[in-house]
Amino acid sequence: MDHLTRLENKSIYIIREAYYQFKDIAMLWSVGKDSTTLLWLCRKAFFGRIPFPIIHIDTGYKYPEMYQFRDEIAKTWKLNLLIGRNEEKLKQGMGPDQGSKLDCCTELKTNALKQLMKAHRLKAILLGIRRDEHGIRAKERYFSPRDALFQWDYENQPAELWDQYQSTVEEEEHFRIHPILHYTEFDVWDYVKRERLPIVPLYFSKEGKRFRSLGCVPCCAPIDSNARTIDEIVEEIRESKTSERSGRAQDKENIYTMQKLRALGYM
Amino acid sequence: MMGKYKETDMLQEERALPIVIVGHVDHGKSTLIGRLLYDTGCLPPDKYSEIQKSSEMLGKIVEFAFVMDCLEEERSRGITIDTTQTFFKTSKRRYVIIDAPGHKEFLKNMITGSSQAEAALLIIDSFEGIRDQTRRHAYLLSLLGLKQVCVLLNKIDLVHYSREKFAELKVEIAAFLNPLNVHPTFILPMSAIHGDNVARPSEKLHWFDGPTVLQALDMLHELKIEEKPLRFPIQDSYRIKGKKILVGRIESGRLAAGEDLFLLPEKKKVTVQSIEKFPEKEVTAAHVEESVGIRLKGRTQAARGQILTGDRSSIISDRLRANIFWMEHRTHQMGEPLLFRCVTQEVPCRIENIFKKFDPASMELIQEEATSISGAEVADVQIRLDRPVVVDPFNDIPEMGRFVLEKEGRPVGGGIIL
Repeated sequence: MDHLTRLENKSIYIIREAYYQFKDIAMLWSVGKDSTTLLWLCRKAFFGRIPFPIIHIDTGYKYPEMYQFRDEIAKTWKLNLLIGRNEEKLKQGMGPDQGSKLDCCTELKTNALKQLMKAHRLKAILLGIRRDEHGIRAKERYFSPRDALFQWDYENQPAELWDQYQSTVEEEEHFRIHPILHYTEFDVWDYVKRERLPIVPLYFSKEGKRFRSLGCVPCCAPIDSNARTIDEIVEEIRESKTSERSGRAQDKENIYTMQKLRALGYM
Repeated sequence: MMGKYKETDMLQEERALPIVIVGHVDHGKSTLIGRLLYDTGCLPPDKYSEIQKSSEMLGKIVEFAFVMDCLEEERSRGITIDTTQTFFKTSKRRYVIIDAPGHKEFLKNMITGSSQAEAALLIIDSFEGIRDQTRRHAYLLSLLGLKQVCVLLNKIDLVHYSREKFAELKVEIAAFLNPLNVHPTFILPMSAIHGDNVARPSEKLHWFDGPTVLQALDMLHELKIEEKPLRFPIQDSYRIKGKKILVGRIESGRLAAGEDLFLLPEKKKVTVQSIEKFPEKEVTAAHVEESVGIRLKGRTQAARGQILTGDRSSIISDRLRANIFWMEHRTHQMGEPLLFRCVTQEVPCRIENIFKKFDPASMELIQEEATSISGAEVADVQIRLDRPVVVDPFNDIPEMGRFVLEKEGRPVGGGIIL
C-alpha cells in the first residue's frame, strides 16, 4: 500500500467511527484545500452521499472566489450546506481593525460556530486540521473533547491508542474530530493531485503571487510563486523552506494567539 | 545535508516511519528532536526565528526543545506535556517523530505516542544514567510490543566524551533491558545540544565506530505485514441506494469477492457477494489496512462488533488472560465495571483476578493475588466479559490481540492478550 492510500484509509476509518459514535455530527468546511480534502474523504466513506450537514463559517470577509467555489461544490456534490454567520456582530461592523485580530476571529468564527452548533444541537464536528500545520496542532488527538465554553483542556486529554477513540460526552460537551491530522501539507497537495480534486483558484499563481493558505481578505497575504498548476504547487511545496501559515496574520500578532484561538474552540 | 537531496518518486511512495522518543524527564528528548529537524533542514526559517523570539522572551538561549514544546505553558515550565508529532526526512525516507513526555503524571500521553510508533529511541542522560522513567518506559515499550529500540546515551559531553564511561553504561543498559526482552538495535553516544553524532560523526567521539543517530534510524526496518488469515471487524452497516453495505477495515489478511468467510463469534458461514469502494467500480479484492465496504450473499444479519474471518483460528471466549497497564491515578478495585474495547468490539467486563502486579520503575513485584490496581502499575490479570469476544494472541495478530479498558467513559488502561 502506498503512502497516500495508507493515509486515506486511516481517515475513512476515523470518519466512519465518528459517524457511528455521533449521529448529531457535521463537518466544518472552510473551502480551503485541507477541508476540501476532508470533504472528499467523507464522500468516499459514505459512498458518494454525505449523511450529515457541512458547515461553512462565513465571516463576511472571504474572497469572492471562495464563495463561488463553495456554492458550485455544494451543488455538484449535493451537500447539505449550513452557513454560519454572526449577524449581530457583522451588523455592528466587527472587523480585524476593530480591536484585536483575536477579537475578530473570536466573534466571527468561534461565536458564529457556537451559535450554529447550538441551533442544530451538534455533538461533534469533523475538522480538516493537520499536525504539521503549527506546533499547537501537533498536540491534538483524533477525537478531542471540548467543554461547554468550547475550551480545550490540552493538559488533561484522554489517552488515545490502538484506534480506540473516547466518545463519551457530558451534556454540555462536544467533540472535535480530526480525520486528516496525520497528513502533512505536502501529502494534502499530493493527494489533491492524485484524486484530481477541485480547489479554489486563489491557490494558483497570478502575476507571480498565489495563496498558500486561505482565510479572510484583510488577514491573508499571498506568497511569491509562479506555480500555476497542481503539479507546480506540489513541486514548490516539496522545495519549500518556509512554513505554510507564514502569510496568516493571526499567527503573527502574538506567539500565543494560535494557541488561544485553539483553546477557545476555533481553528 | 539532507535538505540538498532531491527526493525521488520512490521516496514519495514510501510512508513515513513512526518513531517515538522516550526516556526520563530532562534527559533530552525534545532537544534531540529540535536538533534532528534543524540538522536535516526540516525546520523552516520562520519557525526557527519564532523559537528564537520566545527563547529570548523567556530569557534562554535558543532552545531546540521549543520546536516540540509549542504550548505557552510548556515553554514556561520547561517540560513536555503532551504527545507531539512532527516530520523530517533523510535521503533514505521520511519519519514521523513522536515526542513523548517524561513526567510520571503524563504516562497516558507517553502511551498514546508510543502506541503509534514502530520503533523507539530510548534516550538516557550519560551523566545521570538509568532512572525511574527510563525503566518504566522501557517496560511499556516491551508491553506495547515495540521490538526495535535504539538506546541513545545523550549528554556525552557531560562525561567528557569518555569512552570508558560509555562502555560502562552499555553493559549496565544491556543488563537492564535484556530481561524485558528488549534487545537494542544500537547503543550510541551523542549530544543533542552540541550536535555530536546526531547528523554527523563527531571528532570528540573519534573512538566510536558505530552509526550516527540518523544512520541508526535509516537502518531500522518497516514492519513487514506477513500473510496472515483475514480479520475484518465490522465497523458499521449502511443502506446505500437500497443495498446493505457492511463497512470496516481489514486488520489482517486479504478479502476477495465470492469468498466464503466465517462470521464470529456466532461461527456462521457467509459468502462475500461484492466489495464496495467509492468511486471505484468492480473491486475484486481488498488488502490489509484498507477501509472498504462489503455485501454478503443472502439475508445474513451482521452488525458492528462482529468479526469476519478467513479461518477458525480466533479465540472466542468470555474469559481472557492478559497483561495490562494502568494509566489513571485513581485506584481501581477488582470487580468494578469496565468496558473492553478491541477493534470494533465493545463489551462490559470486570477484572476477576489479579495474579500479580508490579511497578515497572522498580521492576519489583508489588503484590501477588492483589485486589486493586492504580497509576503506572502493570499486572497479569484475568478478565471476565459479559459475552464472548473474538481475539487473537498479540504475537500472532497484534491488531486483534490488544485492547483498551474504559471506566466511566474514559480510557484507563490497555493490555495485550497472551
